[in-house]
Amino acid sequence: MLRRLSVIEPATLLWLLLVGALVVLVAWPVAELLVASFTAPRTGAWTLSNYAAAYGRARYVEALFNSLYLGAASAAICAVLAVPMAWACSRTDMPGRGFAWFTVLAAFIIPPYLGAVGWILLAGPNSGWINQAWVWLTGAEESLVNVYTFWGMAIVIALHSYPFIFIFTKSALDLVNSEMEDAANILGAGTWTTTLKITLPLVWPTILAGIILVFLETIALFGTPAIIGIPARINVVTTQLWQFFEHPVRAEVAAAYSMPLLLITAGLIGLQKLMLNRKGYVSQTGKGGERRMIKLGPWRWVLLAWCGFVCLLSVAAPMVALVQASFSRAWGRGFSLDNLTIKNYRYLLFEHDGAALAVVNTFVFSAAAATLAIFIALAIAYVVKRKLLPMGGALAFLCMAPFVIPGIVMAIGFYAAYAGPPLTLYGTAAMMILAFTARFLPIAYANGSAGVQMIHPEMEEAVRILGGGRLTAVKSVVIPLLKKALLGGWLLVFILATRELSAAIFLVGPETRTISVLLYDLSEEGNLEVLSALGGILLVITLVFVGTGMKLIGRDFMLRRGGE
Amino acid sequence: MSKLVLRNLSRRFGSFTAVDAIDLTLQEGEFVSLLGPSGCGKTTTLRMIAGFIPPTGGTIESDGVALSSPDAVTPPERRGMSMIFQSYAIWPNMTVAENVGFGLKLRKLPSEEVHRRTGEILEIVQMGHLAGRYPAELSGGQQQRVALARAIVVKPSVLLLDEPLSNLDANLREEMRFEIRRLHDEFRITTVYVTHDQAEAMVTSDRIAVMNAGKIEQVDAPFALYNRPRTRFVAGFIGRTNFLEARVHGGQLDLGGFALPAGVLNGHTPAAGQSVLLSVRPQSIALAREPGGDALSVPARIVEGAYLGEHWDYLVAPEGAGETKLRVTTLPSQRHQPGEQVWLRFDPDQMVPIA
Ligand SMILES: Nc1ncnc2c1ncn2[C@@H]1O[C@H](COP(=O)(O)OP(=O)(O)OP(=O)(O)O)[C@@H](O)[C@H]1O
Ligand SMILES: [Mg+2]
Repeated sequence: MLRRLSVIEPATLLWLLLVGALVVLVAWPVAELLVASFTAPRTGAWTLSNYAAAYGRARYVEALFNSLYLGAASAAICAVLAVPMAWACSRTDMPGRGFAWFTVLAAFIIPPYLGAVGWILLAGPNSGWINQAWVWLTGAEESLVNVYTFWGMAIVIALHSYPFIFIFTKSALDLVNSEMEDAANILGAGTWTTTLKITLPLVWPTILAGIILVFLETIALFGTPAIIGIPARINVVTTQLWQFFEHPVRAEVAAAYSMPLLLITAGLIGLQKLMLNRKGYVSQTGKGGERRMIKLGPWRWVLLAWCGFVCLLSVAAPMVALVQASFSRAWGRGFSLDNLTIKNYRYLLFEHDGAALAVVNTFVFSAAAATLAIFIALAIAYVVKRKLLPMGGALAFLCMAPFVIPGIVMAIGFYAAYAGPPLTLYGTAAMMILAFTARFLPIAYANGSAGVQMIHPEMEEAVRILGGGRLTAVKSVVIPLLKKALLGGWLLVFILATRELSAAIFLVGPETRTISVLLYDLSEEGNLEVLSALGGILLVITLVFVGTGMKLIGRDFMLRRGGE
Repeated sequence: MSKLVLRNLSRRFGSFTAVDAIDLTLQEGEFVSLLGPSGCGKTTTLRMIAGFIPPTGGTIESDGVALSSPDAVTPPERRGMSMIFQSYAIWPNMTVAENVGFGLKLRKLPSEEVHRRTGEILEIVQMGHLAGRYPAELSGGQQQRVALARAIVVKPSVLLLDEPLSNLDANLREEMRFEIRRLHDEFRITTVYVTHDQAEAMVTSDRIAVMNAGKIEQVDAPFALYNRPRTRFVAGFIGRTNFLEARVHGGQLDLGGFALPAGVLNGHTPAAGQSVLLSVRPQSIALAREPGGDALSVPARIVEGAYLGEHWDYLVAPEGAGETKLRVTTLPSQRHQPGEQVWLRFDPDQMVPIA
């Protein structure tokens, strides 16, 4: 045998490194979560008492059901908002399709809890703008709308989640060969019959997949339920988990309590996969199939009005309210020159004892997590796609696993694994960075593996036949070709990390607060002007990076299906 | 009365004219093919007949009723036609039976009748045993049969087909040609069939309309089209041919180096001094080792030969004709060597003057 004799080959080393990283980021926290849920806090003995404590009170069980109702309600509202928009944008001659697309993008990049703050300003009882206008117009005594209700919360959540269903539906509609519709037309079906009997059934599995995704996002969401639900005394799973972390911290009970969330998520994602793969729905392709836009006639104005309405509710109104409040002495006094001030921003950036640090922390953590996640994901995607190392499938599985673990559950796992001895990472930057990295690993992996897929192995083989090694091939061919994809993935992770709240809130210490955590703290204090100003800062950061991404990579870089 | 009449029909895309003032009339129960090279406007014409594309000029009438004009277009769903698409457009979310029954249900037929007619037509296209399958579980040929059944079952006034066989492999394609013709013989549905494959058109059609660059060059039955092409394009597009420039000189047909008696072109004798283009099919010229002894026999030399199994394909140079070379095909048994002296024998019946 002419095998090179060396104790540890580079490939083995790489393999160990990757396995190590995935164990630290994914396997260990999940294992610790499971173990903690069965462990008595002080003695360390095996016990079921955590489960008894978690489900022993009606209030806790009720929170579970509230979450399910909330998820279902917000998913249903999302479908109503998004499906007509997606259909109009994909299949019809509605004017302003670019505007509709822009609305969806804006709703997608606005951090959800900023929308919640905006809606508190708009629809808070008595003082909210809508209620003030209502009272002024009609002389009524009663408020018209109240955001601090179950439906208020469901609508506010839906107003930032509908882009998921829009993206799913539109990309499916874009793939429907319009000969499918022509075939129904020529057999005697008019536009509406065709749309209802042919087009929508064809994309129905994809719409349902989008609905499931929104449902899961909603039940795992912390920010909006905390900002709106807690004052409204509506308890959901995530806010209940948060209460288990108030003094005295009962992490074991939280671990037990988070199990249904984990199981529901894993189960529904499995179901969603099944549905998207269902044999009967594989769209047939063939030559031909030039797309014909449906002529809507006067209906196109109705649909455009609908898009405008969604834009008003999801983007324009809450953001105008937020920005107005951030520049006001007292937001309730409305637009007037003597109400205009920049003191809220000045206070935050120069006087507040934590805000400047929070901004810096947010940048550092997000950048570090994005870099780590992209690096690990690319390495794994590469060795998996090129089948370089054994057990690539297992690596890929671990990499994608956080996708089925709600961020808040991940955070509890991290807490159980690393907060206490021996590592005692609680309150350190490392803890935050590792948690962010783990949380966004699947997105980075999806990006990286799509990128590697694009590069034909023969391009690298061409380098190697000329005498370059595998590393030279990666350096001279793979990385340059992937530059754009990597940058896009990095920016996406970075942007999502800057707004991350549900994991951060559980792991944060006095020195590691981020903008999102500070925002939540401020919302508890109730100073809406300063809160809005911090929201304004986060919005500017987001816009700058999204703008950069669109400039460098193309306008679709955040809204591609499979990005989330 | 004519079933379908296209009158002066045109379609422009911007400044580009895809279909240029075509006229075509179909009788009830007739099968007409639109045949032509890629991009000549066949699909555009068919989609205008279906009502998917409004014409920019001219009209379409059916049974004397105007369907399309630049001002008004009856939508596809009210034309009572059906169509088979290049991609088949079988709905993947419905079973075979649901696909076929869709048009019947739209016509609000009672469900027993939908069921019965679906079953009957599936038997006719030999798909009865697969009625419960989803399209993704069918082969290409089976999907094709579903598309046929779905289009025929509604008894359309006109059936339109857009290159329905182009996604099939060669053997299946041949089989399906005959299948389509068989179904036509059975149901006699007025049919417009788009293809760029001449064999397909010849097998299936009563008449073929040859299109080129947006215009119809000639409409004729397959036999006439092959044997009496009227334009250079048609002669060259349908089968292979030799083009010969001929000029009449003192009772002789001067073919540039060799000559034939001017009287040979029965009925078509051009006036003296006039020139005419002749199309002469390779298999209409006979090769002989001995002179034929009359004015139709012309000495020539073999330039090269290729053996194609079913026949020999020779390139021959008539003596004294300079650069002129002719393609001639012979039986497989008739072998000649390059350089060999031979005699060509022309058949005046198969020398066709073209425009
Ligand atoms: N929507 C359109 N816009 C602009 N040009 C078009 C459009 N549709 C067709 N054309 C042009 O019209 C011409 C005829 O197109 P058509 O699809 O009818 O060709 P065809 O004969 O069916 O060709 P093929 O055999 O390749 O299917 C082509 O040159 C095509 O580029
Ligand atoms: Mg075509």
